[in-house]
Amino acid sequence: MSNTRDKAGFANSRISRRTAIKGLGAVAALGTAPGYVRYAGAQTSEPIRIGFQAHKTGIGAAYGRWYEKTTMAAVKLINDAGGINGRPVEIITEDDGTDPARGAEVVAKLATQHKCDLVYGTLFSHVVTGSAPVAGELKVPYFVVSEGYHVASGKLNRWCLQPGITDVRSQVTSVAPWMAGNLGKKVTMIFPDYAFGYDHRDYLPPALKAQGAEVLAQIAIPPTETSFTKYLPQIPSDTEVLYHVMVGPAVLTFVKELGEFYGSSGPQLFGFIDSLEAVDINSPGLEFLDGSHFWEGSPRYAQENDSDAQKAYRAAVGIDDNGASLQDPKDISTAAHMFGCWETLYVIKQAMEACDYKSTDDRAKLVEATEAMTEMKEGPEHPQGDKIFNGKIHQAFGHQNISKLEGGKLKVVHRTSIEDGQYEPQADYTTTPL
Amino acid sequence: MSGAKAISLHVAVIILLFALNFLLPEYHHGVLARVMVFAVFAMGYALLFGYAGLLSLGHSMFFAAGMYGAALPVLHLGWSAPLAFVAGIAAGTALSLLIALLALRTTGVAFMIVTMMFAQVFYLAIIYFSPWTRGDEGFALDRQARIVDLGGNLVDLTNPTARYMIALLLFTIALFTMLRVVTSPFGRVLVAIRENEERTRMLGYNTFANKLVAVVVSGTVCAAAGAAYALLFGFAGAGFASVQYSILPLLWSLLGGAATTLGPALGALFMYYLVDITSGYTSAYLLFVGILLMLLVLFFPKGILGTARDRWARWLP
Repeated sequence: MSNTRDKAGFANSRISRRTAIKGLGAVAALGTAPGYVRYAGAQTSEPIRIGFQAHKTGIGAAYGRWYEKTTMAAVKLINDAGGINGRPVEIITEDDGTDPARGAEVVAKLATQHKCDLVYGTLFSHVVTGSAPVAGELKVPYFVVSEGYHVASGKLNRWCLQPGITDVRSQVTSVAPWMAGNLGKKVTMIFPDYAFGYDHRDYLPPALKAQGAEVLAQIAIPPTETSFTKYLPQIPSDTEVLYHVMVGPAVLTFVKELGEFYGSSGPQLFGFIDSLEAVDINSPGLEFLDGSHFWEGSPRYAQENDSDAQKAYRAAVGIDDNGASLQDPKDISTAAHMFGCWETLYVIKQAMEACDYKSTDDRAKLVEATEAMTEMKEGPEHPQGDKIFNGKIHQAFGHQNISKLEGGKLKVVHRTSIEDGQYEPQADYTTTPL
Repeated sequence: MSGAKAISLHVAVIILLFALNFLLPEYHHGVLARVMVFAVFAMGYALLFGYAGLLSLGHSMFFAAGMYGAALPVLHLGWSAPLAFVAGIAAGTALSLLIALLALRTTGVAFMIVTMMFAQVFYLAIIYFSPWTRGDEGFALDRQARIVDLGGNLVDLTNPTARYMIALLLFTIALFTMLRVVTSPFGRVLVAIRENEERTRMLGYNTFANKLVAVVVSGTVCAAAGAAYALLFGFAGAGFASVQYSILPLLWSLLGGAATTLGPALGALFMYYLVDITSGYTSAYLLFVGILLMLLVLFFPKGILGTARDRWARWLP
């Protein structure tokens, strides 16, 4: 059997002219095929595979959809500009159902089955926390766009990084001085009694106290609630500012019932736009929010003083001046957060270029290169604004926007400094081995 | 003869799973470790549902009791993983005994609703005590805490092979425990209760006591799965106490065959890959799950192995 094969081997075979021409033709055709020429050549011209852990279904689906749009827009620009280290970027998407158990499975799938160079793009805190151990065990860089304090807290592991969006602790620390100085010093908090609410619960009171303000009451709403009337009487009557952070479909009911409770009077309102991401701010029932203030990571509505980078970013992602899809004005984006995907991808690009990333063998070098970053300048790669990156806690710090809702639009009335949101780091991932 | 066949089949399954440790690619190796833990959860559930005929919609609380019973002492008290595992099982046993004493005062639909409500209370309690449990966000266990010192030998639970083998060991114990239980006189009494509780009582059996034991054994097995999940995969979160994780073992059992020993495990495996594969093509993957369940009800009303037993292999336990 083996002798037969030897006799028929290439060295002993005669190649006819017709066969040779066919072969050359096939090679030429392959070389001119779309998408091949640019990356033809060395073995390292294979695509860089970024695993996108997407909330395509579950409670995070609206965010997931816009995270995906932003991701694809950024990757298109990166590839049009030559990719990363001369290699194209390929996004491999897996749905985690916004579920931590499935999230962990998805990270493993992206890393071990799809052989992705890294995993990226997770938003919801419980999915990040559930997936982080897998990333650490498989030693795959895990770039999240979550804004939870979990990364900076040091409770995850060295493979988890959040370089493209600020964390909630930083956000509430930033906005507290403006709240205390402009809205009032007696604050009552209403927040969801789950992951997202905890960072607000834990870090707003000390930030307000530092400004001479105080939290009168903290009202945690269980996630199973669909009506809030029994909680509203718990708001102390001397409340000057009602700080609200609600997420999910119940927000419409919450605002409606809040309006019915207070009528035409009531305290000043300050909310996190997370409540209303992907929701039309002019929806029936939200009238009570008129005149109130919101935190926004990146403004939903185009502002008069938008930078060229911000304008280019909005155009590339495909949102109009109202923060809605260019294709469907009713499809409201998650503008306050999704910029984090864009900026994270450019951080990955910069870090890969800095460490001359070649293959999955260089994953540790990628983490170290990211840790070595310090400043990110506002521009096409960082359209939301400048950032400072703390490599020890793997967390970016940046500007926050406070917007006022008037005339059916959110207008930025204050932009915090980066320093406003900085706090003393409580961890150092760089001391743990990779 | 049929008993020997059954034991041979179960031994063959364990040998196959052992061999797969050396054969499977990395991803599927990890998947199978996870599925084996969930299969233990499903077996615990099926003991009560399939054999005793008690439909619970609250078994997530037993899984979560094991999970938090193991993970909280590791997080707050620095307990070692083996001790934490025992604590998790003990938590599940205690909770299931308490729930059994209360919920078994009802039957049928009322039992289903009462168990669901207790589970909801348990879920909300985890969230209420979020300063300790981190509520919905959950918490990851430190890697160092998952390295076990067994008489001077360090076993790293984050190592894929160690994790797989521990999951297989747990699966083996659960499977043969279930086989022993369902083929024992106690198991026969449970089936008799399922078929006609009144008649069983008239024959002189204390049906309440038998059902009580069934709930406790079921809850304890589910808690063992929860504790193993926390320690092997390094995460505990309130989501595991939600109603979704009460429905999942029901679906796994229905799919594989609730009144069979291997059916729940087969259902868990089948469901995992159904979601894993279909979610790669469409975000409407739950539609496939729904269609499958409808087809199942139509053509395999007793699940895959339940129907196989009726048609081809009467000896299947």
